Amino acid sequence: MVQLRSPQELEKLREDLLTQRDPSRPCISACAGAGCLASGAQEVIDAFTRELQTQGLQADVDTRGTGCPGFCEQGPVVVIHPEETCYLRVKPEDVPEIVSHLKDKKVVERLLYVDPATGERTTREGDIPFYKNQQRNIISDNIRIDSKSIDDYLAIGGYAALCKVLFSMSAEEVLDEIKASNLRGRGGAGFPAGRKWEGSRNAPGEPKYVIVNADEGDPGAFMDRALLEGNPHSILEGLIIGGYTIGAQEGYIYVRQEYPLAVENVTLAIAEAEKYGLLGKSILGSGFDFKVVVHRGAGAFVCGESTALMTALEGRVGEPRPKYIRSNEKGLWNKPSLLNNVETWANVPRIINRGAEWFTQIGTESSKGTKIFSLVGKITNTGLVEVPMGMPLRDIIYKIGGGIPDGKRFKAVQTGGPSGGCIPESLLDLAVGFDELTQAGSMMGSGGMIVMDEDTCMVDVARYFIEFLTDESCGKCLPCREGLRQMARILTNISQGKGKAGDLETLEELSEAAMEASLCALGKSAPNPFLSTLRYFRDEYEAHIQEQRCPACSCKALISFYIEPEKCTGCRICLKKCPVDAIDGDKKKIHIIDQDKCTTCGVCADVCPSHFGAVKRLSGVPVPADLAEDQRRVIRKSKGQ
Amino acid sequence: MSDIRLQIDGKDVKATEGMTLLEAARGAGISIPTLCHHDKLVPFGGCRLCLVEVEVAGWTKLVVSCVYLAEENLIVRTRTEKIEKIRKTLLELLLAHAPDAPALKALAEEYGADADRYEKEASFCIHCGLCVRYCAEVKKKHAVGFIDRGIRKEISFLPHIAAVECNDCKECFPLCPTSYLQAAFVLIEALAFPRGSSQSS
Amino acid sequence: MDNDRIDQIIDQHQGDASALIQVLLDIQRELHWLPKEALQRVSERLAVDYARIQHIATFYKAFSLVPKGRHQVHVCVGTACHVRGAPRILDTLQDHTGIKAGETDLELKFSLETVNCLGCCALGPVVEINGKAHGNVSTADAADVLKGYE
Repeated sequence: MVQLRSPQELEKLREDLLTQRDPSRPCISACAGAGCLASGAQEVIDAFTRELQTQGLQADVDTRGTGCPGFCEQGPVVVIHPEETCYLRVKPEDVPEIVSHLKDKKVVERLLYVDPATGERTTREGDIPFYKNQQRNIISDNIRIDSKSIDDYLAIGGYAALCKVLFSMSAEEVLDEIKASNLRGRGGAGFPAGRKWEGSRNAPGEPKYVIVNADEGDPGAFMDRALLEGNPHSILEGLIIGGYTIGAQEGYIYVRQEYPLAVENVTLAIAEAEKYGLLGKSILGSGFDFKVVVHRGAGAFVCGESTALMTALEGRVGEPRPKYIRSNEKGLWNKPSLLNNVETWANVPRIINRGAEWFTQIGTESSKGTKIFSLVGKITNTGLVEVPMGMPLRDIIYKIGGGIPDGKRFKAVQTGGPSGGCIPESLLDLAVGFDELTQAGSMMGSGGMIVMDEDTCMVDVARYFIEFLTDESCGKCLPCREGLRQMARILTNISQGKGKAGDLETLEELSEAAMEASLCALGKSAPNPFLSTLRYFRDEYEAHIQEQRCPACSCKALISFYIEPEKCTGCRICLKKCPVDAIDGDKKKIHIIDQDKCTTCGVCADVCPSHFGAVKRLSGVPVPADLAEDQRRVIRKSKGQ
Repeated sequence: MSDIRLQIDGKDVKATEGMTLLEAARGAGISIPTLCHHDKLVPFGGCRLCLVEVEVAGWTKLVVSCVYLAEENLIVRTRTEKIEKIRKTLLELLLAHAPDAPALKALAEEYGADADRYEKEASFCIHCGLCVRYCAEVKKKHAVGFIDRGIRKEISFLPHIAAVECNDCKECFPLCPTSYLQAAFVLIEALAFPRGSSQSS
Repeated sequence: MDNDRIDQIIDQHQGDASALIQVLLDIQRELHWLPKEALQRVSERLAVDYARIQHIATFYKAFSLVPKGRHQVHVCVGTACHVRGAPRILDTLQDHTGIKAGETDLELKFSLETVNCLGCCALGPVVEINGKAHGNVSTADAADVLKGYE
């Protein structure tokens, strides 16, 4: 690898790479993101390498581990180029068949995507409904490149935006372009990026810093993981452009240590960029120096808050600082520090390449561009979805997400992580956008979208988030530390049937104190999940408090399991699986659960075959009396009935 | 240094650059309750009792006066209905830890806080941080520090330093509003000081 | 861990006090805990007061001041996994191992922890053992996940 000393040398290298690459040459691209790897993708990739050897094709067909394209539910995901045939849930045993079919230019039907409603199969990746209904401006690059290869990034046009910035734009022009794009931060608050950049550019003090916030602490959100792992150079490119704009020569990438693959890939990307002269002294001979350091988090959600993150970068505990002092003016080491989220940085090269005007044509009046959401929970197609701002939630959940599995009913979708709120069914036509979600009592947040169905207890959801935040609170300020402590206690009591009159009012009072008086956004937004579930699901709270009943039949202390005699076939599956031997029964003898022994673990309900569905959850009603011994014989129904 | 003119509780107040609202108010004879504030220490902003409402360019917000710097033309209100309600809630949360602390009892009476609102907590430390900060910033010994975070956060004496420094100092003892500090010290002295180092044994 | 190795790790970060957390992460990764002697050495070499190191070592979840078991069992309790039944998985594993989350068993075999989101939400509920993620764990087969670890 040789240092590139001018934009012309970069373009020459790019040309050479493209000439060497034949787009019609077969290539097997397998997703090597953390999700697919957990499903066995490495074994699949290794199997392909071996099989190509076995079938003598290793000189004619390439294999490549790529970044995460987002269809995690169906991983390991494999795409065969140039046809873009997409195979899902690939196992190592499938590999020989795939390779021979590839040789014969045929397709392995059974591994294609199948529409659950129509049974129709889709061959081409881009035609799969999950992908087709998205607008994958950013994430689609992930599956086109080997995440560990800078050459692949160059081959798809990488670092062209950086060239444009360094050699044909002034810092003011770049700033104007970002301002004109109306790009709003993708990390949670949605603050206008251009304004933040301008503040740092104009603030006095040196040295200045640019920072990537890759802490991604919201549970259920993994967009940044996919971007940083899958296409680390796109983040680097955005960061260098940001540095150039505000006059910073040092960048930090703060990555949570729970993402070791992202740490590995971005560290490698930095080394490769340095080798090519795209980082370091006088990038491409422009005279602009820039270096990047990777800093690992150590397990604290609060470090995703920008001032706490900066404190952690200084080698201290992640305690936030008051926001009266703007961190973009006095941040890291009290110097101007421009911090943005991974996805915000990823948008920058695209805006430079295609123009602010292109960007403003996507999205709504106040929310421009696309946003990547992580659609998870009780949803058929779990994964990352990239859509234009303004798409109705309903479309995301049903058209792209495929609706709720197992025939269950949609109940709510939680957006914005622990700082956000729940959107009920009545608001599903809401257009996804910063202000729209805030008005509904939630927020965009970093992009987590947790779908919940009729079996989800909303009191439990509030309790879960408050407990999470109680655990993650830094503990410095009183309203958060002590307020959340008491809220967690009250909500736990309510979920165990020990709620009292006045609890809801106390919770509201503690919420107000936290929202108004907390030091940082963690405390200020902590009451949101409680307040939004109270707003839309008050009846659930009242049932728990007044009737000791959990309408969703979920809270362990308030439910009983009951085997319906008409449905039980005496198959003994639940009996064998019960961890406390609480089920009495025999072959063809109706099973009965001993309520005194039962720990409500729910295993019996999980293992009862779905076509019997004999185990029922009850709450707030007495368990029907056990059948007498002589009535417990299972009568097999004849086919006629 | 130019003067900054602002208004606190309807009174015209002059402040100098770099002054906090708390300092400006005290200079004008207006009292604002505090717990974690100490003139010799960097403002902590932990107890939030010194909350005030500020209005600038038509926008109002609540800020902690021990940290917020005085600005020209700022309108400050130190007691509004909302502030009083929040202070009452904060005091009730503190009283769950230290119902007998004199400073808290006095404030509780002023704000109508109910000491029995919340279940009593095991620890009577109220996390004002005065001990830790005093030892770090004034004495520069770092003999006592914080450990952990959130509701598990505690103060902790470092035995190998405290055994050498504390018996001749103890300047932090009178700072503790609840006497938890003294109790913690006695305990660590008994449990963890190297043998023969304590003067009292 | 001898002082030479600690010095090596510190030198890799240019002996910079702001890299304190990175140094501790490297020591934790190698030893699976942070012995007091190691912290004292770090305090000396980086000229950082011990109180600050102690706070950092207890504030951040990645660190442990007590030795951990041979196998780290992490149950993801992120929202997506929670909604898909992670609490029941945790209960099952706690019952099976006899320890609660945050504890290590007496034979130093398993350390059980909860973790907030590994980013594999599509496979929830997820249990990660020694860095290897096991997806789609159900209450019925949760205990099987621990088989084969000595």
